[in-house]
Amino acid sequence: MNDLRPVPGGAPEEGAPPGADLAALLQRSARGDEQAFAAVYDALAAKAYGLALRVVRDPAQSEEVVQESFLEVWRMASRYEADRGSAAAWILTIVHRRAVDRVRSAESASRRDAAYHDRNQPISHDETAEAATASLEAHRVRTALATLTPVQREAVELAYLRGYTHSEVARMLDLPVGTAKTRIRDGLIRLRDTMGVGNVR
Amino acid sequence: MSTGPMNHDIHALSGAYAVDALDEAERAEFERHLIECPTCREEVDDLRETVVALAGATAVEPPAALRDRLLADIRTVRPLPPVVEPGIRPVRATRRWLALVAAAAVIGLGAVTWHPWTSSETPQLTAVAQVEKAPDAQHFSTRMDGATLTVYRSVSLDRAVLVAHDVGAAPDGKVYQLWLQNPAGAMVPAGFLPAGPSASVALSGEAASATAAGVTVEPAGGSPRPTSDPVALVAFKS
Repeated sequence: MNDLRPVPGGAPEEGAPPGADLAALLQRSARGDEQAFAAVYDALAAKAYGLALRVVRDPAQSEEVVQESFLEVWRMASRYEADRGSAAAWILTIVHRRAVDRVRSAESASRRDAAYHDRNQPISHDETAEAATASLEAHRVRTALATLTPVQREAVELAYLRGYTHSEVARMLDLPVGTAKTRIRDGLIRLRDTMGVGNVR
Repeated sequence: MSTGPMNHDIHALSGAYAVDALDEAERAEFERHLIECPTCREEVDDLRETVVALAGATAVEPPAALRDRLLADIRTVRPLPPVVEPGIRPVRATRRWLALVAAAAVIGLGAVTWHPWTSSETPQLTAVAQVEKAPDAQHFSTRMDGATLTVYRSVSLDRAVLVAHDVGAAPDGKVYQLWLQNPAGAMVPAGFLPAGPSASVALSGEAASATAAGVTVEPAGGSPRPTSDPVALVAFKS
């Protein structure tokens, strides 16, 4: 796995340092460089907060998720391995896991209510695209999502952006038990291939 | 909700794992699987790169006060040092490889998630350290050609780890496969010794009831039962 290299995922966001710079900033953070860490935060804060907000919904709790996640990034920066992927993926993975753990540890009663509510609501097919701006990256995401089957797309969105388990997703989409995970995986693989993101080996 | 073993199609969980859509039992199960499946490790890394692109389309600027709180917070928190496995001399192998071994060892315990890609507030104790620090820790050493093998076992944790030094490469197309001997005398697959001169690896399986641990040379991919006599064997005394 020593030959894994993150590939630049299209045009970088305006103002965000390219991936290699972000990795370097993270390395400096690991050595206690607070300015480098602030630059890492500035580059990813909007993505992190947007992601937490998607999963958690509540702005105050989403802020807590982002704060705790970045504090962990600060502590754990030395554990980031550049040859396994981009710094952005590493950090947003931490944010997402925390957001998901937060909603799952919330009272199961209210969670069941939410699941019931969601089962009985039409699912927005533009869950992702609605928030997309005119940025090049958003355009790529929109285009790629359009290549998924409706079920793949809903499964990916319910899992990633809403924080449901694949078993819950199966119920919400009336899929046979055990098939949602396949839809999620197939959908992600197609997104990967369409967007040309991921590691080259 | 599934809680039992899911080995029949565990590879299919990679996508759900990458988007954190596994329940706790499945997550733990899949993380154990990741130790032994480089294909899934690469796929998970890959798919995470992909989902992050989705996050790019949902960006929302957080309040400025969050930045201030965070930057105040970090002043009180010391960044962790890099992972260095105790007992392995860093000069012998690349840091990269050491990190992998440490990551594998950590996965094995399931105490923390697939380090370093996921988070945990739990202090980073490697599997070796956890087993070694257990109040009932035992250790058994043996030689394998020129190599030194030490198995640490904790009955209370039901875990065993193998620490190996100066291991020669397995013959071409072969691997060192690890086994735990169950009370009935059968050898049960317990994982593989990672390539490289030094390694620490958690043995999968029921360590508390095992009577011995062994190593055999097996065809790449491993065997369900040993196909040759062990090249190393340590008996557990309780």
